[in-house]
Amino acid sequence: MSEDASARATRARELRHEALGLEPERLLTMYRQMVLARAIDRRMWVLNRQGKAPFVISGQGHEAAQVGAAAALRPGVDWLCPYYRDLAFCLALGLTPLDFMLSVFARRDDPSSGGRQMPSHFSLPKAHIATTSSTVATQVIHAVGIAYAARARGLDEVAVTCVGEGSTSKGDWHEGLNFAGVHRLPFICIVQDNDYAISVPHRLQMGVDSVAARAAGYGMAGVTVDGGDLLAVYEATREAVEKGRSGRGPTLIVAKVARFTSHSSDDDQRRYRPPEELEAMLRRDPVERFRTYLQQASLLSDQDDERIQQECTSEVDRAVQIAEAAEPPDASDIYRHVFSESGPG
Amino acid sequence: MAVKTLIEGVREALDEEMARDERVWVLGEDVGKKGGVFLATEGLYARYGEARVLDTPLAESAIVGVAVGSALNGLVPVAEIQFADFIHPAFDQIVSEAARVRYRSNGTWACPLVIRAPFGGGVHGGLYHSQSVEAFYAHVPGLKVVIPSTPEDAKGLLKSAVRDPDPVMFFEHKKTYRLIKGEIPEGEYLTPIGPAVVRREGSKLTCVAWGLMTHYCLEAAESVAGEGISAEVIDLRTLQPLDRETILRSVEKTARAMVVYEDNLTGGFGAEIAAVIAGEGFEHLDAPVTRVAGPDVPAMPFNRAQEEAFMPSPAKIADAMRKLATY
Repeated sequence: MSEDASARATRARELRHEALGLEPERLLTMYRQMVLARAIDRRMWVLNRQGKAPFVISGQGHEAAQVGAAAALRPGVDWLCPYYRDLAFCLALGLTPLDFMLSVFARRDDPSSGGRQMPSHFSLPKAHIATTSSTVATQVIHAVGIAYAARARGLDEVAVTCVGEGSTSKGDWHEGLNFAGVHRLPFICIVQDNDYAISVPHRLQMGVDSVAARAAGYGMAGVTVDGGDLLAVYEATREAVEKGRSGRGPTLIVAKVARFTSHSSDDDQRRYRPPEELEAMLRRDPVERFRTYLQQASLLSDQDDERIQQECTSEVDRAVQIAEAAEPPDASDIYRHVFSESGPG
Repeated sequence: MAVKTLIEGVREALDEEMARDERVWVLGEDVGKKGGVFLATEGLYARYGEARVLDTPLAESAIVGVAVGSALNGLVPVAEIQFADFIHPAFDQIVSEAARVRYRSNGTWACPLVIRAPFGGGVHGGLYHSQSVEAFYAHVPGLKVVIPSTPEDAKGLLKSAVRDPDPVMFFEHKKTYRLIKGEIPEGEYLTPIGPAVVRREGSKLTCVAWGLMTHYCLEAAESVAGEGISAEVIDLRTLQPLDRETILRSVEKTARAMVVYEDNLTGGFGAEIAAVIAGEGFEHLDAPVTRVAGPDVPAMPFNRAQEEAFMPSPAKIADAMRKLATY
C-alpha cells in the first residue's frame, strides 16, 4: 500500500466512529470493557483448572458483539434477557468483576443468585438484567413480555435478548419472535452465531446461511453483521433501538462471532473441530481487532494499552481475592425464597 | 346473595381485579371479543380494551412466557390456557421459569402471575379435552395449585390468586362451570389460598376431594347416609400448599380415609394425600387409605360408556364408602 492509500484508509476508519458520533473517550471505555471481560474470562478458566471453579462457560470471541450492542442501550432502563455467554454485555450494563467472581465461587452475596445458579446465569435487577435458566431460548419470550409490559405502562424501554444460533431451532424462539412481530414491540433479538451449538455445526442447525433470513417471516427487520466488528454491531443495534423506541417494531440481528473456547469446562472442542479451523478462528480476535483500530486512529498508545491491561488484571485479581474469601451461603438457606417471605398482599 | 354459576364467579373475580388494579391483564387464545371458549372473560374486552384483554397467537409457551416477562416488568398477568390438555407445551415456561424465578434469583426477582385452565372430564371431551393435570404442577415447589369447587370459592380464590406474590396455577373443572350454582356474597371478599373446608360433617369416614369430585363425594355421602354411614367430605380447594391439619384432624375423628380424584390412579395427587395420612395419621387409622380415581389408561375416551367407565361417579364413590366403612 502506498503512503497515500494507507493515510486514506486510516482516515476512513476514523470517519467510521466519527460518523457514528462516538467520542474517543467512549471508544476507550468500550475497549476497556472488552479487555476486562477477556481478563475475567481467562481467569475463570484458570480457577477451573485450579479446582476452585467447578464449572465455567465462556464468552471469549464474542466481546465486540456484546460491548457494541450494550453501548446502544441505556443501562438500567433498557432490558437484557441474556444467555450464558453474555459476560461482556453484562459488564457493560453494570455488572462488576466482583459480582461475577462471587458467582464463580458460589458465594452468598452473588447478586445473580446467592450461589444457587451456575456462573454466567446473569441477573442484576438494578441493571434490568433479567434472571435466566439454563434451558435455552426460554428468555426470548420473557424479553417479549417485558417489551409488551413496557409499552402497556407507557415506558420507552427496549428489551433485548441474546441467544446462540442453536437456540433459534427451539420453539420458544419462534413463538417469541412471532409474538413480537404481531405487536411490533420494542424488542431486539441478537443471535450470537459462533457456528457451533456445543458440537453441532451451523450446517446441521439450519438451512440458511444466516438466521436473519427468517426475520421477514416474523414481519420484522433482519440484519446480519460481522460480530467481530464492534462499530458495526453498535450501529446495527442503535438503529434497532431507535426503531423499537419509536414504535417501528422489533429487529433480529445476527452477529457472526467466534467461539474461542470449548462450549464449557466440560467440553473439548478439539474433538469435533479441525485444528486448521481453530487456528484460523483464533486469528479473528475481536479485542485485538478493536485495539488495532484504535491504534491506527491514534486513539490508543502502547502505553495507554499497557495501563488498561494492567488495571483490568488488578481489578480481576482483587475481585478473585475478595470473592474467594467471601462467605458462602448457609446450607439451610436452600429452603428460602421458594415463595415470598412476606406472604400475600 | 345472588345464586350464580361457577364461571360467573371466575368472571366477576377477573372483572373486579382488573377494575381495582390497572396492572392486571388477561391473555390467552380467544379471550378477547369471543370472551373465551367457556365465556370466562366475556365482557372484559369491551370494558378494558385489547391491550389488557389480549387474544394471543396459538402458542401456549408464548402465552406463559409473555406472562412471565410482563410480570418481571411490573404487570400482573392472568394467562388462560384454553384447555388444561393443551398446557403441556408451556410446561417448561411454568416449571423451569415461572416456578423458579424467585428461587434462582435468591429472592431478588418475583413472578406474580396466574395461569387459569379448565380441566377434567365427563363432558364428552375425549382424550384431549378431559385431562386432569394438577399432579404435574402440585409436584413443583414454587407453584401454588388452586382448584375451586363452588362459585363463591371460584371468585374468592381467584381474587386471592391475582393478589398473590407468586405464580398460581388455577384449575377450574369445566363440568362445574354451569352445573354448579351457588350463592356469591355481595361486595368485596377474598378466600385465602391454603385452607381446605369441610363441606359435610361426618363421623365414620373421611373423604378428601377437589373440583367436581367434591360434589360427587357429597352426593355419594348423601346416598349412604341412610345406611348409617356418616361420611365427612373435605374440599381441598388448594393442593399446594396442602392443608394437612384439616385432613389429619378429620382422620383422627373418623379413623377411615379415602381420596377421590379424576386423574389416573398411579402418581395422582391423591397418592400424596394417602401418604400424608399414612405417615402422619397412622395411629388413628382403622383401615387402609382408599383411593378412588381414574384408571391407568392414557386418557379419557370419547365414547359415552367408556367415558363413564373412566370417570369416578357418585355410585362408584358410594360403593367405595360402603367397603371402607365395613373394613
